[in-house]
Amino acid sequence: MNLRLRPGPALLALVLVGALYVVAMVYAAGQTLLAATMLAITALALWVYSSAKTYAWRYLFPGIAAALVFVVFPMVYTVAIGFTNYSSRNLLEFPRATQYFLDETFHGDGPAYAFTLHADGPEFRLRLEDADAGKAWVSGRLALATTTPLEIKLAPEDPAQAPLAEPVQLKTVIAKQKHLQALTLLLPESSAKLVMTGLRQFGAAQPLYQRNPDGSLVNQQTNAVLRPNMTSGFYETEAGERLQPGFQVGVGFANYQRIFTDTAFREPFVRIFVWTVVFSALTVFFGAALGMFLAVLFNWDALRFKGLYRTLLFLPYAVPGFISILVFKGLFNNNFGEINLILDALFGIKPAWFSDPTLAKVMLLIVNVWLGYPYMMVICSGLIKAIPADLYEASAVAGAGPLTNFWRITLPLILTPLTPLLISAFAFNFNNFVLISLLTGGRPDFLDTSVPAGTTDLLVSYTYRIAFQDSGQQFGLAAAISTVIFAMVAAISLVQMRFTKISRDESR
Amino acid sequence: MAIVLDKSHRWRVLAAHAFLIALAALVIFPFLMILSISLRPGNFAAGSLIPETISFEHWKLALGLSYTAPDGRLVKPDFPVLLWLWNSVKVASLTAAITLTLSTTASYAFARMKFRGKRTALSALMLMQMFPAVLALVAIFAIFDRIGSVFPFFGIDSHASLLLAYSGGIALHVWTIKGYYDTIPVEIEEAAKVDGATPWQAFRLVLLPMAVPILMVVFLLAFIGAIIEYPVASILLHEEAKLTLAVGSKLFLYDQKYLWGDFAAAAILSGLPITVVFILAQKWMISGLTAGGIKG
Repeated sequence: MNLRLRPGPALLALVLVGALYVVAMVYAAGQTLLAATMLAITALALWVYSSAKTYAWRYLFPGIAAALVFVVFPMVYTVAIGFTNYSSRNLLEFPRATQYFLDETFHGDGPAYAFTLHADGPEFRLRLEDADAGKAWVSGRLALATTTPLEIKLAPEDPAQAPLAEPVQLKTVIAKQKHLQALTLLLPESSAKLVMTGLRQFGAAQPLYQRNPDGSLVNQQTNAVLRPNMTSGFYETEAGERLQPGFQVGVGFANYQRIFTDTAFREPFVRIFVWTVVFSALTVFFGAALGMFLAVLFNWDALRFKGLYRTLLFLPYAVPGFISILVFKGLFNNNFGEINLILDALFGIKPAWFSDPTLAKVMLLIVNVWLGYPYMMVICSGLIKAIPADLYEASAVAGAGPLTNFWRITLPLILTPLTPLLISAFAFNFNNFVLISLLTGGRPDFLDTSVPAGTTDLLVSYTYRIAFQDSGQQFGLAAAISTVIFAMVAAISLVQMRFTKISRDESR
Repeated sequence: MAIVLDKSHRWRVLAAHAFLIALAALVIFPFLMILSISLRPGNFAAGSLIPETISFEHWKLALGLSYTAPDGRLVKPDFPVLLWLWNSVKVASLTAAITLTLSTTASYAFARMKFRGKRTALSALMLMQMFPAVLALVAIFAIFDRIGSVFPFFGIDSHASLLLAYSGGIALHVWTIKGYYDTIPVEIEEAAKVDGATPWQAFRLVLLPMAVPILMVVFLLAFIGAIIEYPVASILLHEEAKLTLAVGSKLFLYDQKYLWGDFAAAAILSGLPITVVFILAQKWMISGLTAGGIKG
């Protein structure tokens, strides 16, 4: 067998070795979960690309793996986060939080050394002296310009060498204090690590906490005992005082309890849910009504310049959404937006589009219908074209007018295939984060809720606020709300599939 | 259709034209306004639709050039618009290329091969489409935060993280491409196989060249989808030099710092090419759109 024809196994082996190396690196960095995921993917890939039975999956694997890892897994992970207290106060995982405490040091009662700083050209040298033992040590030349931690070895002072310059004034020491605090000094004959303990002295640094076999930490300075509380996610003193940083723990259904039973959360949640439904339904209704009306008009033979109208009216769909939404944000501006300038000139009114809740909602609907009707127009045009022309001829013979035609022929015939599309448009607007985030940001806020929540917030933008904006990065809570939205979207999808099936069966 | 036209018919035509002209005016108004604003001097100046004095200061700033204000100050650009545009184009092209590679191969298996779980996998892909990434933002942030602690190259504030996050969005494209493959007669590939081609060769050398039109459509759809994507980019990118247009543009319109004129120029500069690409590709896309896609 020719080697050139079988590059597969060699390539596979090479990729495998590379992948295992990366997995080992990730594991060494302490990201066990990530390493396990990558290892599983590697193993799966190895199986798919080496077994003859899985030939079809060789083509599917990269795409499906990407979809599973970056689309499905984040959703599953969101649900999982919803059962934890992950937030800015409980950011770290338990081992990392423990390590944070174990890394803390204090200046214990070990030997202290008198410290002086001496200029040496533009640089400095440190001198430590143990007056009782009559010993002294000096450092090499140091720039003292960074605050990155640095370990410096000192050497015994050698009387044979040129003496150091006079010690610098205390104000220079103060000016260099933050650089000096970054230093850890090591003496030749002891293992103590010395850090700056005062403007004139360096002393031994000791770990502040010592770990007991049962997992509790003992503060070496005060002898207080800290125990990890696996329900609250904090190390706590015996008095119950919580110490930062906290760590992530599972909290069961606590987040859901907060959403559904805590009045402070339930009230804004219910209001926002109602507005989300109203917003999506009205958007779809107005968008579909306008789009359908236009599609009917464009199907009218007597109308000229149809191509021009259609192109112009299609434009909102072609322009990137984030640009048109921001354009509207500027045009609607209360004080110097062009819309208010025109309204002021014509009627002498200046509606406060961004500070009045009702007007803000009206504005959102106007902008969203503007953005969304061309899609409906295109869809309805396609559906109307499929209606047999003889139906209209028959109705014309019977003397029916355009209104009768619409209500009796056009609408009934396009409604069945249109319904699934209307439902997906509803689902899309249910989660129309981009519009809310760029136009109003959810504002104006409710004045009577204890949690920041906006009158124009949709459930998704509310979630975003809780996770990434003004509520202290409560990822766990946000993920729980996301999970609730997942359930709602799943319900909408079920209904949508129902109607798709009906529409397919009827067209058969 | 030969129908007797009565007098009310003429009025109806006129009314329809009046309505369409009014609606078109309403739809076009924001675009004309933004053009006018980009040519007016100053960021607050109000004026008529046709500006009395034309100034290119906003355009200079959008193109990254400084200009000298009438009072002699040198005004420097506040935001690197061209850099953002480049970031967007870079991320979107790479995303489109990755998406295209992943979805063409997957659709080949779906269209031409028999394997267990095919129907389930296809419906699962369709179902995935219903759940937008915006619902999983917390998890996406947490995942890339973790990846970044080991591989900073793929962490928060990197374009690579965005590429990875977008690479899973193949569901709709797989369906589109599979639909197109299904219209190509399988006999041609079978003939190639009879002549000794492996399935890979039949795919690469026979099927793919025939599918170029749909590949271009999918590339453009994926490109536009990535360039207008906002939620994921807004949590993964923070550093000003890394932002994409979709995330950066809103910085122009903060209440404290309201750069309306500068925004207008930047919006036209960046929005026009995307719009032109979209309109040019439109006639190809209509088929893909009616297959159930919704613009974001």
